[in-house]
Amino acid sequence: MNIAVCVKQIPDPNVPGNLDADHTLDRSAKPQIDDSDMYGVEMALQLADKAGGGEVILVSMAPNGEVSGLRTGLAMGSARAVLVSDEALAGSDALSTAKVLAKAVERAGDVDLVLTATESTDGYTGTMPAQIAELLGWPSLTFAKHVEVGDGKVTIQRQTEAGYDVVVASLPAVVSVTAGVVEPRYPSFKGIMAAKNKPVDQVTVADLGLSPDEVGWSGARQQIVSVAAAPERQAGEKIEDDGEAYTRIVSFLEDLKII
Amino acid sequence: MSKVWVFAEADGDKPSTATLELLTKARELGGTLEAVHIGANADALAAGLGEHGATTVYAVDPGDALPGVVGAAALEALIGEHHPELVLFAQSYDGRDAISRLSVKLDRPVLTNGVALRVDGDKVIVGAAIFGGNTLVDTEFEGEAPFLAAIRPKSFAAEPSGGSAAAVVAVPAPDAGRAGEAKVLERHVEEREGPKLEEAKVVVSGGRGLGSAEAYDPLVEQLAKLLGGASGASRAIVDAGWVPYSKQVGQTGKVVKPKLYIALGISGATQHMVGMKGSENIIAVNKDAEAPIFGIADLGVVGDVHKVVPKLIEALQAHS
Ligand SMILES: Cc1cc2nc3c(=O)[nH]c(=O)nc-3n(C[C@H](O)[C@H](O)[C@@H](O)COP(=O)(O)OP(=O)(O)OC[C@H]3O[C@@H](n4cnc5c(N)ncnc54)[C@H](O)[C@@H]3O)c2cc1C
Ligand SMILES: Cc1cc2nc3c(=O)[nH]c(=O)nc-3n(C[C@H](O)[C@H](O)[C@H](O)COP(=O)(O)OP(=O)(O)OC[C@H]3O[C@@H](n4cnc5c(N)ncnc54)[C@H](O)[C@@H]3O)c2cc1C
Repeated sequence: MNIAVCVKQIPDPNVPGNLDADHTLDRSAKPQIDDSDMYGVEMALQLADKAGGGEVILVSMAPNGEVSGLRTGLAMGSARAVLVSDEALAGSDALSTAKVLAKAVERAGDVDLVLTATESTDGYTGTMPAQIAELLGWPSLTFAKHVEVGDGKVTIQRQTEAGYDVVVASLPAVVSVTAGVVEPRYPSFKGIMAAKNKPVDQVTVADLGLSPDEVGWSGARQQIVSVAAAPERQAGEKIEDDGEAYTRIVSFLEDLKII
Repeated sequence: MSKVWVFAEADGDKPSTATLELLTKARELGGTLEAVHIGANADALAAGLGEHGATTVYAVDPGDALPGVVGAAALEALIGEHHPELVLFAQSYDGRDAISRLSVKLDRPVLTNGVALRVDGDKVIVGAAIFGGNTLVDTEFEGEAPFLAAIRPKSFAAEPSGGSAAAVVAVPAPDAGRAGEAKVLERHVEEREGPKLEEAKVVVSGGRGLGSAEAYDPLVEQLAKLLGGASGASRAIVDAGWVPYSKQVGQTGKVVKPKLYIALGISGATQHMVGMKGSENIIAVNKDAEAPIFGIADLGVVGDVHKVVPKLIEALQAHS
């Protein structure tokens, strides 16, 4: 079974983000694999293993031919990657990104399953999984907290407001996984060394058969009109617990008429 | 706006609160207000939808297919017929599926994670909070209607308009092709005592400072129960598998705006605070006097949750 995993290479999420003058996210720092996508990679490796073979292929769109995040996914055990990098992609919105990723999945070869995270850590539009599925004409099984594959079918537990639903579809399909679906492995030293020689197929927008007007600023059809700091909330009273602080909480609750 | 649509979702046999919030906001934009519901219970929703301003609800029964996929296919056809200018979705599980697929079908951009919405002439502008809620960004649609936006729950208050029940127009479920193949086999409803997280007047949340999964029940659940509230969590303990994702408060979890929010052993990362700083009152217990959560707490207690909370619980039990 061949599985494509969407892997987003993002700026370090622990460093406060910045918008560039053109209102896009500052991506000048060395990117890393989005933590959320580590779950997809791990899930794919486990499913391929259970199926008794097949490749895990990473798919990514990133500026400047970035591969540092992909190397992590390759070191975990993925076989190869398809990376779309092109100046024409600057300013792409979610829909254009989905168009690119769907084409990149097709370029990856015959895949039975596409795995993504439910939302990325930096953009968190949260639309990519179902958009990619719609572009491919496939079912999408979203918000999976458990995934099983067998007999040409994929079955997931889909997170809901009230609990979860068991959802099934035949392959090929797109599945988005939530954090915690599996425990991502740490790349081994051997894996890290092996990753250096694994193939990364670097492609442009034209290689995918897309027109530059469909992507980037020209494709986006939305425009940021203002950026402002959010209003701040003030701190109130602060006390040190001397063993009796709970009484202050009780009186606070009484003042609010909660008790 | 001449016509605004809301993708209406159900919570049991009532419209979801997020749906009512969207309808309330949409009323301000003027024009005809209608709803589209993908589910079997439109008749039961009609009164609530009408009371919040919708005149008509187009209803499609998806059977056991995922509502988002059928919803997008149905919306594509209905939009072609009725031409709404703006279609609003809640940033929910099904709302996200539907808006994503619809954007491809119509080849229209989407604006998601909205927390504000306004119309300026013929421009529709969606406000979102980024970087953990520190920065507000307004984005405007370009090009032609319909505009598609997904709004985070709790962004607006739901207020009834006093309208009468919406007229239900049943629409046959369209064939969503291969995409429509995903079927729901079973539904599991997790037992929940007390109010829903987003609707509770009191929310008690726990973080990594609890030390272990075992501490969650006796400290967080207990306190929440005593106060008639709901229990929440930081992402750190959701990712660690201590509690389910449905309890997560924050940027990638739920937004809550209770009368009182109690944060136990939560540092106060911006991504957590964006989900709770709209609370009317905030109490925080944290043993680190420098924890960022104290920057927004009305009452900050520098102390150990394992010492403060059991005493508090005991006092409350004695109180009642
Ligand atoms: C402040 C700001 C606000 C924005 N708001 C919007 C908006 O409202 N609407 C909009 O259309 N665009 C918006 N954008 C642009 C948007 O962030 C990105 O252009 C677009 O790539 C959406 O990706 P995402 O990460 O949000 O997708 P998501 O849907 O959140 O990503 C889900 C999953 O898809 C996969 N994935 C996503 N992107 C990639 C990638 N490049 N390579 C590999 N896998 C990937 C990953 O598995 C990811 O976990 C905004 C940008 C900024 C800076
Ligand atoms: C894109 C993105 C989205 C995110 N979305 C969310 C989200 O939706 N919700 C969310 O919560 N987080 C989110 N996060 C994660 C967030 O950045 C923090 O990692 C997380 O909130 C930390 O959780 P915590 O406060 O429980 O843990 P920690 O940061 O580890 O804090 C634990 C705190 O407990 C205190 N403590 C320890 N022992 C005790 C004790 N015995 N008594 C009292 N206090 C004690 C410590 O002093 C510390 O302040 C997101 C991160 C990113 C990058």
